[in-house]
Amino acid sequence: MPPLLHAEQLTSIRAERCLFAGLSFAVSGGELLQVVGQNGSGKSTLLGILAGLASPDEGQVYYQQQALTTHREAFYQDLLFLGHKAAVKASLSALENVALQRQLDCGDSQPAPTEQDWDNLAQLDLLGLEELPAAQLSAGQQRRIALCRLWSSPAKVWILDEPFTALDQAGIELLHQRIDQHLAAGGCVVLTSHQPLLWQPQNYRTLTLQAQGVA
Amino acid sequence: MWRWLHPLAKPETSYRLADKLLPWFSILAVLVLSIGLVWGLVFAPADYQQGDSFRIMYIHVPAAIFSMSVYFAMAAAAFIVLVWQWKISGWFIQAAAPVGAVLTAIALITGAIWGKPTWGTWWVWDARLTSELILLFLYAGVLALYYAFEDSKKGMKAAAILALVGVVNLPIIHFSVEWWNTLHQGASITKFEAPSIAPSMLWPLLLALLGFALLSVALVLLRLKNEILRQELGKPWVSKELHGEPSNG
Amino acid sequence: MKLSSLSLIMWVIRRDLRVANRQRSEWLNPLIFLLMVITLFPLGVGPGEQILSRIAPGIIWVAALLSGLLGLDRLLREDYEDGSLEQLVLQPVSLSMTGLGKIVAHWLLSGLPLVILAPLFGLLLSVPVSAWWVLTLSLLLGTPMISALGAIGAALTLQARRSGTLVSLILLPLLIPLLIFATSAIEAAAMGLPANGQLAIIAAMSVLALTLSPLAMAAAIRMSIR
Repeated sequence: MPPLLHAEQLTSIRAERCLFAGLSFAVSGGELLQVVGQNGSGKSTLLGILAGLASPDEGQVYYQQQALTTHREAFYQDLLFLGHKAAVKASLSALENVALQRQLDCGDSQPAPTEQDWDNLAQLDLLGLEELPAAQLSAGQQRRIALCRLWSSPAKVWILDEPFTALDQAGIELLHQRIDQHLAAGGCVVLTSHQPLLWQPQNYRTLTLQAQGVA
Repeated sequence: MWRWLHPLAKPETSYRLADKLLPWFSILAVLVLSIGLVWGLVFAPADYQQGDSFRIMYIHVPAAIFSMSVYFAMAAAAFIVLVWQWKISGWFIQAAAPVGAVLTAIALITGAIWGKPTWGTWWVWDARLTSELILLFLYAGVLALYYAFEDSKKGMKAAAILALVGVVNLPIIHFSVEWWNTLHQGASITKFEAPSIAPSMLWPLLLALLGFALLSVALVLLRLKNEILRQELGKPWVSKELHGEPSNG
Repeated sequence: MKLSSLSLIMWVIRRDLRVANRQRSEWLNPLIFLLMVITLFPLGVGPGEQILSRIAPGIIWVAALLSGLLGLDRLLREDYEDGSLEQLVLQPVSLSMTGLGKIVAHWLLSGLPLVILAPLFGLLLSVPVSAWWVLTLSLLLGTPMISALGAIGAALTLQARRSGTLVSLILLPLLIPLLIFATSAIEAAAMGLPANGQLAIIAAMSVLALTLSPLAMAAAIRMSIR
């Protein structure tokens, strides 16, 4: 089976420092790739390049065998990217945030909260907090608002930057289950995490980034 | 992809080219400029209306013309940065902007000095002077933006975008200022539109124009060389260039 | 399928208005600033009707430009800091379209209130009633240009140091034509002359700015976000 997402010979240089060079890898449907490395080894940069937020100094990323530089739109139809920053509006309530995310991810221009939004809030244990502005919630609860996207989005490719940050044990457990579901449904996941995963998905690989010398 | 094929996109190649061209432009600039200015400032006949004060034209006119041209050159380089991502043309923006700004400042100062005997005051909100002043602000904006970033690559891109936005606006600004001027001042003295200029005055002016052009190119080349070295510092070829030998192996 | 261009523009506008409704001071402050500046002038040059009506068009438009610049930081900063801007870049729609949505939302919050308040400015600065209509029209046609060019400035300076003064520094020269034609339109109207020509030019400049600046804004956002 051809890989969903693959990268060829990626090189990235930040502020005169070579983060990685000649990096090639592929991720197929049903696979989970964990990018590991020390602080500053370029994990977030790599995820940014995979998502097309930044461009590599050399090399190319392909989605379904087509270069990202030319087939951006097809890729973005199928992409869910959860960055370091959660994209949660601090002044809006949890419910409003979830509804806005759902519209963006599902292409649903229905602005009013739907049944599904309530289900997702319940799923992530946010019921009772739905009317509060997100700014008044804890970091973990804000993270949970952002994670609601994983339940509503139909995207095939998930790119998650430190998804476990600020989550409690129950939250991490929920996320495990959801990731397993997604993999079983044929999707792929690329994520970064400082800790080793607490469970073993079926198709699990790691990619270690080591800091390189001066460019 | 063909940007990698083009030799000029390589900093080292363009550095060598600039290095070769610089002496020629410098020598020619000094030569042509001194002939043109001495001819214009000393030997050309005095104007029958303005007397000797008109002689500042030999500095003012070329500075004013090339202050504009440098901006257009900068915008062309900006286009290249954004479309083909040549780093060199980004550095060209940084090299050219201060040269353009200084030319603009010279045009403003000489314009003011010329204004004193002509209008009896140092500053008049004349269309040309106002346009030059706004041009100076545009240069200031590009330079300020270039240096406002920790990451010089970003500064370069930001300055390039602004230079392009500026060049689209330049004709509009120029037109609006001309229009504003006619509206508010009625018929003011238009300085350069002498119906016919005597050949004895024209030749030194043409020489001064050519001299200023050569001088601008020479200054930009010099600054471009410096910027290439600064940006590529640490690369083996730079160490070789500066110390005669590679620094680390 | 994710949102199409048009629905994404609507999504951006609806969300920005909703956020603005929660942070009213963010967009009210520039308006209050504008009113204060306009109040300062009669206090500074004296309340004489003749002087005031002579300099009123200039005051109103200079103050409008300054207050427009003041509120620009709001345009993209919050989206950039909370990560929403990243999500907008990752939509399968041209980023210029999203940018256009941001510009329209910004105009609804900064330009439209000026249009509504225009008669009040005219009243405070003794603009002849016959010129109020042109004053209002000049603000209606001209303020979109402030939002459009302002969006470029806001996008360019997202990652810059000292971005506050920098935005004004790079934008004010570009807004000079707007100032010239807008004040001249009001002056002409105050003298009982037709101002159609000036208003048409302002409209043309705004249309040009609205077409081209989303492109520059998209390039600037891509530059800033990585």
